[in-house]
Amino acid sequence: MRFDSVIIGGGLAGLTAGISLQQGGRSTAIVSTGQNALHFFSGCFESLQEPPQRLLDLFAGAGIRVHYEEGVRLMPLGTFRPAALALEDIDLLPAPCFAGKVLVVGFSGFQDFFPGFLADGLAKQGMACRTVQLELPELEKIRLSPSEVRSVQVARTLDRSWGRVVREVVRLLEDEDAVVLPQVFGLQDASVLKYIREGIPARVVFAGTLPPSVPGIRTQMLLKRCYEELGGTFLGGDEVVSAHVHEGVVHSVATRNLDSHRLEAGSFLLASGAYFSKGLTANPFGITEPVFGLDVEQAADRGDWYDPDFAADQPYLQFGVRTDAALHALRDGRPLANLYAIGSILGATRPEFGSGAGLAVRSAFAAVDQILKENAL
Amino acid sequence: MKCTVCTVYCPVLQVNPLYPGPKQAGPDGERLRLKDPAFFNYALKYCMNCKRCEVACPSGVEVADLIQAARIRYDKKPPKLRDRLLASTDFMGSVARPFAPIVNTVTGLGVAKAAMDGVLKIDHRRTFPKYSGKSFEAWLKRHARAQAAFPEQVAYFHGCYVNYNYPQLGKDLVKVLNALGVGVQLLDKEKCCGVALITNGMSKQAAKNARHNVAALRKAAVDGGLKVVSTSSSCTMTLRNEYPALLGVDNADVRDAVTLATRFVFEKLEQGAKLRFKAGYRKKIAYHVPCHMERLGWGVFSEKLLRMIPGVEFTLLDSACCGIAGTYGFKKENYEASQAIGEVLFNRIRAANPDVVACDCETCKWQIEMSTDYPVMNPISILAEAIE
Repeated sequence: MRFDSVIIGGGLAGLTAGISLQQGGRSTAIVSTGQNALHFFSGCFESLQEPPQRLLDLFAGAGIRVHYEEGVRLMPLGTFRPAALALEDIDLLPAPCFAGKVLVVGFSGFQDFFPGFLADGLAKQGMACRTVQLELPELEKIRLSPSEVRSVQVARTLDRSWGRVVREVVRLLEDEDAVVLPQVFGLQDASVLKYIREGIPARVVFAGTLPPSVPGIRTQMLLKRCYEELGGTFLGGDEVVSAHVHEGVVHSVATRNLDSHRLEAGSFLLASGAYFSKGLTANPFGITEPVFGLDVEQAADRGDWYDPDFAADQPYLQFGVRTDAALHALRDGRPLANLYAIGSILGATRPEFGSGAGLAVRSAFAAVDQILKENAL
Repeated sequence: MKCTVCTVYCPVLQVNPLYPGPKQAGPDGERLRLKDPAFFNYALKYCMNCKRCEVACPSGVEVADLIQAARIRYDKKPPKLRDRLLASTDFMGSVARPFAPIVNTVTGLGVAKAAMDGVLKIDHRRTFPKYSGKSFEAWLKRHARAQAAFPEQVAYFHGCYVNYNYPQLGKDLVKVLNALGVGVQLLDKEKCCGVALITNGMSKQAAKNARHNVAALRKAAVDGGLKVVSTSSSCTMTLRNEYPALLGVDNADVRDAVTLATRFVFEKLEQGAKLRFKAGYRKKIAYHVPCHMERLGWGVFSEKLLRMIPGVEFTLLDSACCGIAGTYGFKKENYEASQAIGEVLFNRIRAANPDVVACDCETCKWQIEMSTDYPVMNPISILAEAIE
């Protein structure tokens, strides 16, 4: 089967590239080995300092509302972190504090959100807090399997009964000016966030839960739907197992599910992620890129991969696939003419793209621009 | 740190709180079961074996296989009569076929449905598939000589549904393949692939069928050098993947020869073969990718074939389980869950408002036709209708 471009990886980088290329009139396929880092997405594009109109447009086209405001966001342990560009789930506050009292709301039996920790964190910074655990009859049903009282299950239930949460919070609200709720609302439809904010007479702030991330899953579903509606071919649950490269050009890739039926394309984008997604694999002797055997920037001595301080910036997170300035991936020191590396497989080898979600989106746009320029229709 | 991405995509977990979810039922439970089989939980029977957890897993864990393997290994309760009847699709087919008009009338009667509901716990709200008076095998045997005249040959694993319920799909395949210069043969006696036997606790019978079928496939594929095509995504997935993974039946020498009809046709066209389409053919088609097709990863072949037909307005339905999962939705205790799971898909179909829903699975067809006002056709039947 032949496409203009084949994208390896169906996360934020792969879907951004896929949507952009389809919009540019190209035929593409995405090969995605299971689900991706969007399921762990904080909802923030931390590295983007200016509002990138292109990202706002692409997300708006997929039905995802993103807002830009320089400020801070509330973290699950009651601390604050600078943020500017975020999904509508994330409140961007002007300063790292709440002026008045805060009510932190949790749900009884919910294992992925800890109002006590969050309130302690705020209290340490001198803010007055109160916590409440709501007992919702709607959640009783999912508590029959106690191991499954997780963010997604709770979100599914609350998609139908968020109104009761609003009523309960209004009833419990005393003199607090702000209400913190877990990010478990609007899994299918983010417009309920607006109704919740309007329904509670206080500043409502949604704080992150343990993964999987409800805003992230919604984002993934909407981006994938948008990609398929544009005619893109999403091969989910499949994996690229080998590539045919001849004289510095990638001709085709083989996948586990399609076996002898190879995917051919004029250009290939490698958006296969870092270690968790197996875009990079580490063994005792080195860090490798398993599909093409690309050059990986890394410390030669394994002892230098880690910092013994767990919380420090870990050197292995800096490692990534080497590219030239146009994001062509390097193998044996030479660029492969039609292979572009994008997203977290780059590690921090290209600091100008920032980190995380910003890296995914910016590198995807940069590679797409190259492809559209180099192979003008 | 936990991942739990599989739990996001489990259709059962969304509607049935008694099911512990794929992570708990699969890898988490397996660690405990390895220590002590007493940790086996009978709630694993709620798993539909749709395999969406495996498609979602970023780490390549075969979650559904772990769950089904645990059921095979530890569930020592003999299956109920009801489950035996539902799972024995070829036995039921061969018994019912000669009396098809009577059987079809009876299974449509309210009183019979009430009796089946009361005695067997087969839900009375379910519409039963109709049986055909003439089997597909008998039909193809009558045309064997004409089929043998084609320069290229394939063997057809028709499955129980085509043989007993809907021979027209087999005839449609013959029409399409003949148009490509390919003749169709039967295997040397096929048995039910066993997909329903596995989920109904009849793995011994399933393994017996698997050994028989692999021998028949070997005769066609290894000795005869033929490709073996199927029009059912679940039969194909079972023959290729479930035989070694769950039943311990080695299919390594025949696995590559077993293919889905739409993949076979797509590859023929890609190699330059031509189909002559009717002028003025018009159809609005919404394509539903069945769960087992998602796992095979071959929905793309059916999709591209349908898009190729001139005059087709194509919509790809965002992938979701229809809720029936073979025999699962027939059971009284699962009926509500089955319909609740399917509602997401039914709403997407209603929003697309097509002339016909295309889908490669027979039980999805029953479910969608029963639950919506839209007819369902296999992509091969649509192709047969669209060509001269």
